[in-house]
Amino acid sequence: VSAALKQGQVTPTELCQRCLSLIKKTKFLNAYITVSEEVALKQAEESEKRYKKGLSLGDLDGIPVAVKDNFSTAGIETTCASNMLKGYVPPYNATVVQKLLDQGALLMGKTNLDEFAMGALGSDTGGSTRNPAAHCGVVGLKPSYGLVSRHGLIPLVNSMDVPGILTRCVDDAAIVLGILAGHDPKDSTTIQDPVKPFTLPSLTDVSKLCIGIPKEYLTPELSSEVQSLWSKAANLFESEGAKVIEVSLPHTSYSIVCYHVLCTSEVASNMARFDGLEYGHRCDTDVSTEAMYAATRREGFNDVVRERILSGNFFLLKENYENYFVKAQKVRRLIARDFVNVFNSGVDVLLTPTTLSEAVPHTEFIREDNRTRSAQDDIFTQAVNMAGLPAVSVPMALSSQGLPIGLQFIGRAFCDQQLLTVAKWFEKRVQFPVIQLQELMDDCSSIFENEKLASVSLK
Amino acid sequence: ALREDALRKPRRREMWARAVWLGLRASAGGRRGFPSKAAPQGSRRVTAELIEHLERLALVDFGSQEAVARLEKAIAFADRLRAVDTDGVEPMESVLEDRCLYLRSDNVVEGNCAEELLQNSHRVVEEYFVAPP
Repeated sequence: VSAALKQGQVTPTELCQRCLSLIKKTKFLNAYITVSEEVALKQAEESEKRYKKGLSLGDLDGIPVAVKDNFSTAGIETTCASNMLKGYVPPYNATVVQKLLDQGALLMGKTNLDEFAMGALGSDTGGSTRNPAAHCGVVGLKPSYGLVSRHGLIPLVNSMDVPGILTRCVDDAAIVLGILAGHDPKDSTTIQDPVKPFTLPSLTDVSKLCIGIPKEYLTPELSSEVQSLWSKAANLFESEGAKVIEVSLPHTSYSIVCYHVLCTSEVASNMARFDGLEYGHRCDTDVSTEAMYAATRREGFNDVVRERILSGNFFLLKENYENYFVKAQKVRRLIARDFVNVFNSGVDVLLTPTTLSEAVPHTEFIREDNRTRSAQDDIFTQAVNMAGLPAVSVPMALSSQGLPIGLQFIGRAFCDQQLLTVAKWFEKRVQFPVIQLQELMDDCSSIFENEKLASVSLK
Repeated sequence: ALREDALRKPRRREMWARAVWLGLRASAGGRRGFPSKAAPQGSRRVTAELIEHLERLALVDFGSQEAVARLEKAIAFADRLRAVDTDGVEPMESVLEDRCLYLRSDNVVEGNCAEELLQNSHRVVEEYFVAPP
């Protein structure tokens, strides 16, 4: 698309308007909380002027992007899909948002999420970039922890949150990562090593590559379709000369529990700031400060959020702190060590499923409570967050139901480039039928007129 | 203290839930613990005392008996960590523990944005955020 813009085949304004039109047509999906139409069109106009003068800012100039609604955007409502932040308009941009805007990207709007990113589908903290990517047939990248600034990302779990990147192909993910990565003085958890934008080489020879298959990830809950694709992928690498070996991550079965304790504990702390005084929702009660806080938080948070806060507070009680919170921190080290040991044994990249199966229908999804769902759905993705490693989900094939299935690659810390290089090689070999924008635009009129699609709310 | 939210108009469904909830607590005799039917063998009972304590600390309420049951399940789930041998293992606070934390120099480079910040609050008097008494 960038090339098309540069060659003048399409103008930023045309592109912007096509996207806005598509957003309107798919409104029933409730994917956007806020559509920043005026802002986007104005940005498109400015981008167009730059192209006319031959002064484009780079590959992202004029490209429409959407940002999940837990990233602060100056002057544009940022809610985290929660009542607690309804009407909250941040006075600043998150660093990653600013970087995209500085490159001339067009901000189409703020996308929906589970309240405060606490669903199985909702958190870049346990897999929520990779999970939806796998279900939707797109590339989902979680960079190494410390590579991309979290300033302006409303925090869930400070020690695990990472801004995630969703794109249609691996090359695009690499481009965006190149722009977003780097030290940010406003986020002291970003590393200081210099980072440059990079282009991914087109790997042809994988004979020096060692792919690890963690045996503990072969669980009984894994659908036979995903299992067979995983096998197929391993065979693909082997047939092309790569070394493919079985490895062990012995503490895998404890990672969900560990995550549960650490996540709820950090959440309990991070949600404490929402008291209705400085920003966000405030209830009408004026009896006492305590009553005001309590009512504000009851009105502002949904059940899932409140439960996590309560669980977290339990684990942080003086009598529980050692046995739960500190214990979980120790188990976290063991999990991180498992990965280090595997990578030290000569493995370059791990290959695992991203999800247990293709996307499950909403009616089935809501049968289990949130904790059970997260425990099931995050199983392959969240150990990576605990270890801070980079991981990417790449779409591989459609299921027998026609739904996308993706596989996950996990790399060494700060070897995001190498990880993406392998992912790109794989993407090229499997030739997943990516939806092209043009065909979607052409087809969507008939699709949406003829079929009655149930309205799915992600809130 | 927290239960005195009589001034807030509860929605009908919440009122029903609240009535059931209070009724359950009353029948359990106040401070006695009441085990949830679903609690597995040997799991921690969440006593009424603990509930009050957590609600006080968290400033959110459970809202229903189901929520308490879910906490019990969450605790039982977390108890699985006991099976892991962590002798001699240090807790891990950050994956970046081997690196020096970046500290910028102690110079004022931004600020003077009181007006912007005050704009987001519902109740402001001059440059103060206003809380109830």
